[in-house]
Amino acid sequence: MNPFFTLLARDIRLASRSGGSAFLALSFFALVATLVPLGVGADLRLLARVGGGVLWVGAVLAALLSLDRLFQGDFEDGSLDLIALSPLPLELTALAKMLAHWLSTGAALTLLSPLLALLFNLTPAATLTLFLSLLLGTPAVSAVGAIGASLTLSLKRGGLILPLIILPLLSPAVIFGAGAVSLTLDRLAPGGALGLLAAFSAGAVLLSPFAAAASVRLNLGG
Amino acid sequence: MNWLFRYANPHNFMRLSNVLLPITAVATVLCLGVGLYLGFTVPADYQQGSTVLLLFIHVPADVAAEAAYGAIAICSLLSLVWRHPLSDIAGRAAAPFGAVFTALGLITGALWGKPMWGTYWVWDARLTSFLLLLFLFFGYMALWNAIEDEVRAARAAAILALVGVVNIPIIKFSVEWWSTLHQGESIVSGKIAPVYLWPLLIMMLGYMLLFVSLWMLRIRTVILERRARTLMQGGAA
Repeated sequence: MNPFFTLLARDIRLASRSGGSAFLALSFFALVATLVPLGVGADLRLLARVGGGVLWVGAVLAALLSLDRLFQGDFEDGSLDLIALSPLPLELTALAKMLAHWLSTGAALTLLSPLLALLFNLTPAATLTLFLSLLLGTPAVSAVGAIGASLTLSLKRGGLILPLIILPLLSPAVIFGAGAVSLTLDRLAPGGALGLLAAFSAGAVLLSPFAAAASVRLNLGG
Repeated sequence: MNWLFRYANPHNFMRLSNVLLPITAVATVLCLGVGLYLGFTVPADYQQGSTVLLLFIHVPADVAAEAAYGAIAICSLLSLVWRHPLSDIAGRAAAPFGAVFTALGLITGALWGKPMWGTYWVWDARLTSFLLLLFLFFGYMALWNAIEDEVRAARAAAILALVGVVNIPIIKFSVEWWSTLHQGESIVSGKIAPVYLWPLLIMMLGYMLLFVSLWMLRIRTVILERRARTLMQGGAA
């Protein structure tokens, strides 16, 4: 079997087994969506207004939870060295890991989002926009996150510094994603915002394997 | 490029900066002194009154902060591509100044915003992007401090800085798309009155010189610190 897909299947299996990150990310996302109405009040009009932004921020934070382990586990038990020695270029390794992370968190969060949108009283049109924006935008979270994960992979407490590094870089995704939902709520076409979001995602997915591979290489002492 | 690599040798840099530092330090004091004097003597703006004074403190801080990030980016490129050892030190040394200038820009901006916009903070494009810039500086410094091995830390931080450079225009664009209240650019387009322009330019020069002087001083300190450590370990300096 192709080493790219072997690695992808392995990482997805690890994420979905017990103690894996996929379920934790989904629970975290749902919990954020539960806590926010407790904090801001149960006014359904207000919740509809802030829903898009809250769910976007929640999705980014939920995807962040498992990011610090993206390379770290393999680095600590030595398998990252073996993966680096395999014929698969390190750039494609990074891409496979990003893709696995996206499938186990970003895609799962996207699928869950319509249900949470219901809790926030979003209109059907806004729910559809939220779904599309998460579908288009969460790959950027995994891609930019992979850069941060690879930079901090040798750190014992990398999970603490990771958000500081990547959250500012992810602000465009939140702006365009939540902005698309707001536009829909105001009965405007969200196409422009979604297009910009897709462009940001495409750029991030295209460029970040190189940055991530470079920093894995330097951490392996190459 | 040869001149660039001559200063990869810390010894050559020490000799050069030894000559340059007193000159830039004196020039800094002169520029800031003259700029502030002119700033205090300008006529009050017909709309903004005496708060126009903040122009001469606020705008140069923002410009210096952006210059500091630019300096880090150039150092990062040098250190990644050519393994230029001095630029590792230089990039790290520039970051705290960048953070301070950014914070100064935000604070003076908030103080200016209160009388002009009626509130200390507005979620305006320029303010927001500077707040994000502050976090980029923090992230860069945190990564440097977190990794113990200095060579690895330098290269990891350099990668992060270059990723930031690619992303900064996107952040600026997205934040502008999101909200705009801050006034547009008025220097290059000539919309600013000359009586304000001159003190502003002098203050900008002063801030830049201040940055360059402190930056050189800090690089020198790091080099001296390393030499001292090597001596204490009993090795050859």
